[in-house]
Amino acid sequence: MSEAKWMSVAQVREQIRNNSAEEVTARYLETIGKSKLNGYVTVSEKAVEQAKEIDSKGHDGPLAGVPIAIKDNISVTGLPNTCSSKILEGYVPPFNAHVIEKLQAAGAVILGKTNMDEFAMGSSTETSCYGPSLNPWDPERVPGGSSGGSAAVVAGGEAPFALGSDTGGSVRCPAAFCGIVGLKPTYGSVSRYGVVAYANSLEQVGPLANNVSDIAVLMDVIGGYDRRDSTSIDRKIAYQEALKDDIKGLKIGVPKEFFGEGIDPAVEKAVWDSIHRCEDLGASWEEVSMPNIPYALASYYIIAMSEASSNLARFDGTRYGYRDKGENWHSMISKTRAEGFGVEAKRRIFLGTYALSAGYHDKYYLKALKVRTLVKQDFDRALSKADVLMAPTMPNPAFKIGEKIEDPLTLYLSDVNTCPINLAGVPSLSVPCGFTDGLPIGLQVIGKPFDEATVLRAAYAFEQNTDHHTRRPPEVA
Amino acid sequence: MITKEDVEHIGWLARIEISEQETVEYMEKLNSVLDYFGQLDELPTEDVAPTYHVAEIFNVFREDVVEESLPQEDVLANTEHKQDGAFKSPKIV
Repeated sequence: MSEAKWMSVAQVREQIRNNSAEEVTARYLETIGKSKLNGYVTVSEKAVEQAKEIDSKGHDGPLAGVPIAIKDNISVTGLPNTCSSKILEGYVPPFNAHVIEKLQAAGAVILGKTNMDEFAMGSSTETSCYGPSLNPWDPERVPGGSSGGSAAVVAGGEAPFALGSDTGGSVRCPAAFCGIVGLKPTYGSVSRYGVVAYANSLEQVGPLANNVSDIAVLMDVIGGYDRRDSTSIDRKIAYQEALKDDIKGLKIGVPKEFFGEGIDPAVEKAVWDSIHRCEDLGASWEEVSMPNIPYALASYYIIAMSEASSNLARFDGTRYGYRDKGENWHSMISKTRAEGFGVEAKRRIFLGTYALSAGYHDKYYLKALKVRTLVKQDFDRALSKADVLMAPTMPNPAFKIGEKIEDPLTLYLSDVNTCPINLAGVPSLSVPCGFTDGLPIGLQVIGKPFDEATVLRAAYAFEQNTDHHTRRPPEVA
Repeated sequence: MITKEDVEHIGWLARIEISEQETVEYMEKLNSVLDYFGQLDELPTEDVAPTYHVAEIFNVFREDVVEESLPQEDVLANTEHKQDGAFKSPKIV
């Protein structure tokens, strides 16, 4: 059997047919066992058993026996769910998230849970209580975040694909930094049931994979209506059918505000080269202006922190996870939360609490919601003239571990091109589009709400006519 | 600008105990972020409606009937602090 690394889902399925799901899973577990990437926080002890069962039942289902890695904020019955936070120490969910039910029904084998920034708050995995995951392209650099573990294990050949979640770029940022593909679906198209909430009005579960086709395969499994998520929207999207190598006549909008101050010249060039490549393939492009984009980051952070301060109120040591001693109710909770949450989580809870508090609600929270309207209108206008927008996913390639973590604002600024998308709720995909000094660069393809089909088609055609996605990171020693 | 007293008050509201030293550190870092947030004041928004979410759905209801829920023992399995089928917390008053 050939090396179980960097295989597409189609190749994995072929290996399962020729050998067995058990063998394929065992090979991935072997690779994981030797890994130094710190991508997984829990490896499932039941993975081989699950694969054996699928072998014995016959390989029915679109993902029969195909292994997958899951971000540690998505509930899987029986596997610890820590959100990379001490406050969830020892917590084992008694139920599956909707997306896990869907994956299991499709026959997927869960390899384990992946490292992340604590409660998905960060762009580097450095806020994880387990320490950062490493970027397979350069172990001195971050893999991006917050779904950095998921991206690192896919890029490192430790899983064929993975699930992450994207609140302000948490799927697309690590996909760009690790040289793989990641999709933030339209808000409402994937159920959030069983996903630990950080900022409900912004986040979606999204897939990370080695290529665009595998993203579509995964979306066909996890997408769709679920009545247990009150923001779930019943809209059929045919993801795999969208994979056509044809973008003749496609209209691309290029928002100049996404090429702002501080962008790395190599990133800017790679993205423009990609747009010109699309032009060669029959698409046309036009610059568009989205004047409120420079205000999106502040609006995003105020809203995300405000929602976080409310969502994270549930972690009080009473029903699960870490619990400190205290002489009364207030002190037990205050000590538990002081000890259980990391610095960044606490900072965001503080800022969110402040932004919602009496006297400051209108100045910060309400103002941010109004700016959100303006940002959304910018997207509506730009996407009324274009089929997709193209822009850099990240303004820079992966930065070094320790480089930005000390100053919160510097770290927040790295989300400048990804978080506006979450305010508007539109779909957006990052696809590899070049390299600088051996580090991958991501092209962001943004679409109209529920028009994942056009986003996937544009990314697929680009990928089929370029070779960036075929480059693999050097072996991590 | 938020003061040391503000930080202490927020800590109380958020139920997170902080030390004297942390209070000063928080004050500095929170102020630098709030200063950045202040740029939104440049944008006129008097006539703009707020967007709480973009899902374009409102008031999602289901029939008011009892449905199956998780078994009580599963729900209580994640804590040692329980009694008579309920979670046990320290004294509130």
